[in-house]
Amino acid sequence: MSDAHAHSVAFVRETSLPPAPPPVAETGIVKWLRENLFATWANGLLTVASLYVIYLILSATMPWFFNGVWIASSLAECREILDGTTGGCFAVLTERWNQLLFGFTYPNELYWRPSLAFVMLFAALAPVLFFDLPRKLLIFTGLYPFIAYWLIWGGSILVPLFALVGFIVGYVVYVRLEKTSFAAGFFGGVGAALVTWAIGGYITPFLSGVLALEAVPSRNMGGYMLNMMLGVTCVSLSLPIGIALALGRQSSMPLIKWICVIFIEFVRGVPLITLLFVANVMLAYFFPPGTGVDLFLRVVIMITLFSSAYIAEVIRGGLAALPKGQYEAADSLGLDYPQAMRLIILPQALKISIPGIVNIAVGLFKDTTLVSVISMFDILGMIRGPILASTDWNGVYWELLGFACVVFFVVCYSISQYSQWLERRLATDHR
Amino acid sequence: MADTAQMKVSDEVAIAIQSMNKWYGAFHVLRDIDLTVYRGERIVICGPSGSGKSTLIRCINALEEHQKGSIEVDGTLLSSDLKNIDKIRSEVGMCFQHFNLFPHLTILENCTLAPIWVRKTPKKEAEETAMHFLKKVKIPEQADKYPGQLSGGQQQRVAIARSLCMRPRIMLFDEPTSALDPEMIKEVLDTMIELAEEGMTMLCVTHEMGFARQVANRVIFMDEGQIVEQNEPEEFFNNPKSPRTQLFLSQILGH
Repeated sequence: MSDAHAHSVAFVRETSLPPAPPPVAETGIVKWLRENLFATWANGLLTVASLYVIYLILSATMPWFFNGVWIASSLAECREILDGTTGGCFAVLTERWNQLLFGFTYPNELYWRPSLAFVMLFAALAPVLFFDLPRKLLIFTGLYPFIAYWLIWGGSILVPLFALVGFIVGYVVYVRLEKTSFAAGFFGGVGAALVTWAIGGYITPFLSGVLALEAVPSRNMGGYMLNMMLGVTCVSLSLPIGIALALGRQSSMPLIKWICVIFIEFVRGVPLITLLFVANVMLAYFFPPGTGVDLFLRVVIMITLFSSAYIAEVIRGGLAALPKGQYEAADSLGLDYPQAMRLIILPQALKISIPGIVNIAVGLFKDTTLVSVISMFDILGMIRGPILASTDWNGVYWELLGFACVVFFVVCYSISQYSQWLERRLATDHR
Repeated sequence: MADTAQMKVSDEVAIAIQSMNKWYGAFHVLRDIDLTVYRGERIVICGPSGSGKSTLIRCINALEEHQKGSIEVDGTLLSSDLKNIDKIRSEVGMCFQHFNLFPHLTILENCTLAPIWVRKTPKKEAEETAMHFLKKVKIPEQADKYPGQLSGGQQQRVAIARSLCMRPRIMLFDEPTSALDPEMIKEVLDTMIELAEEGMTMLCVTHEMGFARQVANRVIFMDEGQIVEQNEPEEFFNNPKSPRTQLFLSQILGH
């Protein structure tokens, strides 16, 4: 720019400035240390004090952890080996490993069955959790509950097979009748499924030997396996029920709306433990006499109902957060209610609700330990009962309860990490 | 201009509204609306806020329910029968002030969703149609983006394309340019003008008086839920009869 222009106000840019890299100032770890740990005198003092506290904690726990005894048959033997030095007695974990995982009455030689079911669980969950995988894998997900039931409980394959056939028959009838009206399809489908199951119920006792695995009753299930079974079943059942309740609560049909409202408000107003006691003692009165519905099933029903009410409220929050324009746009394009919900509203509402749903799923999973109060021996029940009460291991609290913490933390933290990945994956609003 | 206005208006009735009334609670929003729209007509509805103009066109595709009188769209009587409502909605396209694109779907998916699920068009064919209309609104290159990545004007044009993919016989516009930056208003209006020139039956709530003059063959002025005045645009703007219309026009054309 010439001097002649220097004093004038008018200015016209003739060339655009190219973008420049930031100044190469101090970067790297030294800068980070100085900015974050030793920015001021007070800051430096706090850093030193914090390091000292961390040292104290580690110096107390690390010898206990690394000096721990992993092989011993009782607490007394542990103490003998340690010989007065500090150290944890982790031998209880190795010695009671199977009890912690499977409970104390599941037949030893059948441990491979629930283990196999557990491994298959990952294959079944994968296409649900990672929707970039081929959709055909969902067929296995659909079959998984029946396979897992057969593996864990054993018995004739006809029982889960008839259950599966019932669902398929119900679905086929629903699709056929749905064209005339939704109600006909719904009740027709349910009716057809019930008929199939009733026929199955008559036939299976005569053919109980067909492809039979050794049967294991529910009361023999225990350990962390029980927590996983309850957690997986209840989360996967309560999500669809929760969605249905949330939509029902928004329904313009007063009957449906009030059924949903009353259900949600009632369940939310009652402690879970109360419901579990009801499941344990009273629920049998509501079933036909002589059916003797399994305790595991009763507990699943109660936990599912409980968490579905919470999930319904979380999803209702997601639905309320959607602009009214989304409903109107879907309507104006001629989409009917199920299409609008499935294609437009729920994908967005569920995305908003992910943190809340995960919150409840994690809570539900940890709440499965409450079944120990109705004398089911889940991992906590095993620790408090058979293991700590035994003369061998009486008093090994830290190691056992620490182990329980770790196994729950691993699962819950994984769920949390997955949900954060999911939120990033679904972020399409580019705000 | 005048020849545009005369183009392609037939005697066939597209929408017939007879003494239609609507209340929000005790509030009488629409009072005795009588309106007949002929096939190929372009109608601009204007009026102060709260005059019921948006409510009127939202009644036509049953986004709002009317309580008295009758609305007939393409010979189908609008009643509480869901079948009739769905039939009318699939024949009447609508564009909103805030676009209301589906943010979780790409532009292409936004356009193909209704044809695939409502019209049961094969996916391939629906995508071809969608690309055809995206080209028409001049943004085919954005097809794989999400609505959040587009400017307001682009979003509104996608919204128009989305409606057109259903091959509607009537288009409703509810203040399509009110939420846009001045620079983007033109691109949306150009799209609408092009649509009008092809003979689409259009009802348009807007304050773009230039658009009304150029495109409309009838301008309707509403106030307090009633149609106060309707006329051809020349006559309406140059020689308004009602004092309320004169006041309104003097205020919006004052600058």
